[in-house]
Amino acid sequence: MEITLQVNGTRRTVEVDPRVSLLDLLRERLGLTGSKKGCDHGQCGACTVLIDGRRANACLALAVAQDGSDITTVEGLADGDRPHPLQAAFIEHDAFQCGYCTPGQLCSAAGMLAEGGPSAITDDLATDPALTAEEVRERMSGNLCRCGAYPNIVTAIVEVAR
Amino acid sequence: MRSFEYARAADPADAVARFRPGTMYLGGGTNLVDLMRLGVAEPEYLVDVSRLPLDRVEPDGEGLRVGAAVRNSDLGAHPLVRERYPMLARAVLSGASGQIRNMATVGGNLLQRTRCPYFQDVSKPCNKRLPGSGCPAIDGDHSNLAVLGHSTACVATHPSDMAVALAALDARVHVTGPGGDRVIPMPGLHRLPGDEPGRDTVLEPGELVTAVLLPAPPPGASRYRKVRERASFAFALVSIAAVLDVAGDGTVRECRIALGGVAHAPWRCERAEQALRGARAGEESFGRAADAELAQARPLPRNAHKVPLARNLIVRTLLELAP
Amino acid sequence: MNRIEGHDKVTGRATYAAEYPVEGVTYAYPVQAEIARGRITSIDAAGALAMPGVLTVLSSEDPPELAPDADPELGLFQRREVAYRGQIVAAVVADTYENARAAARAVRVTYQEDPHDVRLRSDHPGLYRPEKVNPFYPADTEKGDVAAGLAAAAFTVDVTYTTPAMHNNPMEPHATLAVWSGDGDLTVYDATQGVSTARDMIAKTLGLPAERVRVVCRHVGGGFGAKGTIRPGTMLAVLAARAAGRPVKVALTRQQLFDVTGYRTPTIQRLRLGADADGRLTAVDHEVAEQSSTLIEFAEQTATPARTMYETPALRTAHRLVRLDVASPSWMRAPGECPGMYALESAMDELAIAVGMDPVELRVLNDPEVEPAGGRPFSSRNLVACLLEGARRFGWEGRDPTPGVRRQGRWLIGTGVASSTYPALRRPSQATATVENGGYVVRVAAVDLGTGARTALTRIAATTLGVPPEQVRVELGDSDLPAAPLAGGSMGTASWGSAVVAACEEALRDGKHGAADTTDAIKAQEDLARHSFGAQFARVRVDMDTGEVRVSHLLGIFAAGRIIDEKLARSQFVGGMTMGLGMALMEATVTDEEFGGFSNHDLAQYHVPVCADIERIDAAWIEEDDRHLNPMGAKGIGEIGIVGTAAAIGNAVYHATGIRVRDLPITPARLLA
Ligand SMILES: Cc1cc2nc3c(=O)[nH]c(=O)nc-3n(C[C@H](O)[C@H](O)[C@H](O)COP(=O)(O)OP(=O)(O)OC[C@H]3O[C@@H](n4cnc5c(N)ncnc54)[C@H](O)[C@@H]3O)c2cc1C
Ligand code: SF4
Ligand code: FES
Ligand code: FES
Repeated sequence: MEITLQVNGTRRTVEVDPRVSLLDLLRERLGLTGSKKGCDHGQCGACTVLIDGRRANACLALAVAQDGSDITTVEGLADGDRPHPLQAAFIEHDAFQCGYCTPGQLCSAAGMLAEGGPSAITDDLATDPALTAEEVRERMSGNLCRCGAYPNIVTAIVEVAR
Repeated sequence: MRSFEYARAADPADAVARFRPGTMYLGGGTNLVDLMRLGVAEPEYLVDVSRLPLDRVEPDGEGLRVGAAVRNSDLGAHPLVRERYPMLARAVLSGASGQIRNMATVGGNLLQRTRCPYFQDVSKPCNKRLPGSGCPAIDGDHSNLAVLGHSTACVATHPSDMAVALAALDARVHVTGPGGDRVIPMPGLHRLPGDEPGRDTVLEPGELVTAVLLPAPPPGASRYRKVRERASFAFALVSIAAVLDVAGDGTVRECRIALGGVAHAPWRCERAEQALRGARAGEESFGRAADAELAQARPLPRNAHKVPLARNLIVRTLLELAP
Repeated sequence: MNRIEGHDKVTGRATYAAEYPVEGVTYAYPVQAEIARGRITSIDAAGALAMPGVLTVLSSEDPPELAPDADPELGLFQRREVAYRGQIVAAVVADTYENARAAARAVRVTYQEDPHDVRLRSDHPGLYRPEKVNPFYPADTEKGDVAAGLAAAAFTVDVTYTTPAMHNNPMEPHATLAVWSGDGDLTVYDATQGVSTARDMIAKTLGLPAERVRVVCRHVGGGFGAKGTIRPGTMLAVLAARAAGRPVKVALTRQQLFDVTGYRTPTIQRLRLGADADGRLTAVDHEVAEQSSTLIEFAEQTATPARTMYETPALRTAHRLVRLDVASPSWMRAPGECPGMYALESAMDELAIAVGMDPVELRVLNDPEVEPAGGRPFSSRNLVACLLEGARRFGWEGRDPTPGVRRQGRWLIGTGVASSTYPALRRPSQATATVENGGYVVRVAAVDLGTGARTALTRIAATTLGVPPEQVRVELGDSDLPAAPLAGGSMGTASWGSAVVAACEEALRDGKHGAADTTDAIKAQEDLARHSFGAQFARVRVDMDTGEVRVSHLLGIFAAGRIIDEKLARSQFVGGMTMGLGMALMEATVTDEEFGGFSNHDLAQYHVPVCADIERIDAAWIEEDDRHLNPMGAKGIGEIGIVGTAAAIGNAVYHATGIRVRDLPITPARLLA
């Protein structure tokens, strides 16, 4: 099937087999290997991209179902040569080791910062809580980091959230 | 994954009209694509219902009407849900991850399938996946499977958090299908396995969930609590949705209790509710109510902990809700 | 220092094995055994071959030519026997990943199934004493009279701890891209911890000279031992590419990782400790039962830390192994020390309670002068300093040992302590340093698997050369570079760094170029006991109603030689402790006794810690000036962080609840039982 996507600001029209995930489309056909595959089942978050501005697991998204969507991957986070504040904060706070979860962490954090609203641990669900470290930890729990960079990831995100 | 055709439905009628044997509706795909990749689901035709104009949460009389295509995150973040049905908001927010909730729809969440390890592994038998092949979970790895309402054919649990809250709220599920429209009360959508574990719900082939109606919020205090093996992003061992309304004289006027993670369906604790109505609210009556409910529990060798866990959750949650 | 490759990693430009753009690439997808033991009777690939895009099918119907002495795990498709469920028995090569995967399901394999045995038991009749335990230690040691020591003890502890199978689960699944050139040279982009090792293993399996093989690995998404040696997936890509005459990519699925890339063996550990009235140890006996596959003998060195830790007149350590119809276990972060110290340090806690002594004090009291098992002097040993510094920072003093009495709402609160240790070894390495374009280029076939090797080696070189780090460029991750050992056993930085220092020194003398090989230097080193030590403290809360455990605070103090880079070191320690927390509370792979293999083979069922599990972890260190190690004075830091964490948490859970869980992980199910 032919689909058209806006990927990191560029219009891409591609012919895809309906079985292809958005993640495999990006990695295997569009040369955008920044998004990572850690589990292919929504369980690790390494493939997180922004679909129409919202964070999503590209491994569980069928490419055909995204026809017409706007996709942002880690390659599209920076503003030209100027790194996204999250990217700069991740480097400064050593928020990664092997770096394999990092693109997903960054896209997830970018999506999360735009979300607002309560989380499962917010005491009063009627209020929008401040993004404390505790709130960030809950909201970022869909992104596993086996290297255990969590404390630094949280520090970096909280710094940018301020 | 087997090859399939894909189409986006324009409206619910179009979706139903497209239905033929081998068709499956696609919501956010967070469960269906997962199972297709494992070979557990092998649709020939996917009809995408995630973009149907069923994506609104709107007041409906005293209650709320939630479209089937509303994303889980939008449901959890909706001001009316947070304000009037905080138990539901918390249940939704307790499920999966931020990313998955952004993709997952209300309809898909209700109809997600069990996380039983054998069900997900096509190299092994499973009565739910392959009727008549056997249920290896009964003598095998059933540590997170059912303690209530299971059968000798299947001991799976339904994994949804949202459905547990809906069961406690007496929600109604609106469906449309080849045979017309109908309304299914919660609990009631999900079946117990009996000798037909292949069927998770009472839906007929081709039936499409269009909306979930929430009646007026029940009086009293409510709470959702989920116990799991890590602090976040894990399915429930046991979860509870509870509503408690205590009269001025300290007796229970009304209560609703539903458990997750214990059965093939969200488990509404009717016996416990029965035992509590009119009783003096307190640790003793709560304990008795929990025991009344759990007397029917039939734990398996490796999931016996779910019974004390469910009991403690019932008692503790009610104590927290009591004035 | 910020990581040199940091910018590449945050922009998605860092290239991992499966990501090299290669013209005409194809995909291989494995077919796995669906029985735990038996023989393949037939493989019918006709259906698969007829499917769209399929190029070829590999299987034992037509065994690929390999060296006759190929390792049985790596020598794919050579035999008809099935040794474990999930073993690779065939593979499909196709033009796309989707086609290869769909066709793999159409390959029909029939078996003659034999009864299997996959359960480790301490009374298994097949238990035997292996020749040695990983990598080269004696299986058993004995000094003094343990029976007498126990009989004479005023206090004894006789307990059995078990740890389940655990999987490394690096975030990057094993992946390989294999490209054969027209003249029979092979380039392999592999997710590996050691490019030289991988090259040698691939060449050996193929029966090719090592010069014909090149392995490239610029970035690797973690390994924790699982990528220390090549696994079957690597050979699959190599053989499939040869058979298809096209470049082939193999990216194992997460589920396949559980089957074919190794795991930490389950262990059953009996600990017998005796102490006199003052708390001095009179005997230590540590006996371990563990498993390996029928294909290879991998005996984890679980009881070895007891040979190093505490002074005792009588000490016995013993390993017993049984070969089951299971996948081959392998290295997982701190093999041996990690599970062994969990049991030993939990038992020490039990002993402290029996004696009525503070657990920090008990450890300080029993600190040895020389290595307890062999009598070798230590190159340096600062366990006591770590314990005391940790106790001070943690606010340990005045701790009431009574269990189950501290409450905050429905939470029970407790604290625990445990020691850490890990050997500080080195392996021979080569390196060169060359003046180029006004700066220096350092070349060494090291791999940076997230440890920060690139950055650390840059600092080491810059320090030696007396130039700012910006003037040094380190090239690594390519087997064409000077040969180097793998990143593992916490030996990477010490091994490569020694060669880099020597090469840089020679370059300074020469003015242009220096080359080094540390083989002789390492042979010539003094026979000393070289170990890192540490102390870990945990504060936990346990929900009285649900048995949920949360770790409010972990503190680790380490004595690991000179720390080369503070930022990198802290990340390593914290990362290890995080994995230790997972081991304590959630990590366990469940053996499927009916069918073989593991039943919870994905990241939704095999739980590793998520962000919300990590509330506060602090890591700090005692500066050591140990001249007996290497030119940097560094001990490895990659593994010690995980050693002791699970015991500290388990001890804290006991302190909180009064419940001693002796079987990991400590789940709500175990606390409610
Ligand atoms: C890693 C992971 C962790 C998770 N953790 C949790 C958790 O903790 N708690 C929890 O509750 N859930 C959890 N989930 C499950 C998640 O909530 C469900 O996958 C999701 O809600 C399904 O919604 P969907 O729209 O993506 O459904 P889909 O995957 O699109 O569909 C699911 C099923 O519903 C059918 N369907 C979809 N829409 C309709 C409709 N309108 N009418 C009729 N049939 C329909 C489909 O045919 C399919 O059979 C987790 C999932 C993953 C992958
Ligand atoms: S419990 Fe149900 S889903 Fe699981 S194996 Fe048995 S039949 Fe299948
Ligand atoms: S690869 Fe998509 S969540 Fe793991
Ligand atoms: S940095 Fe390696 S997994 Fe997060």
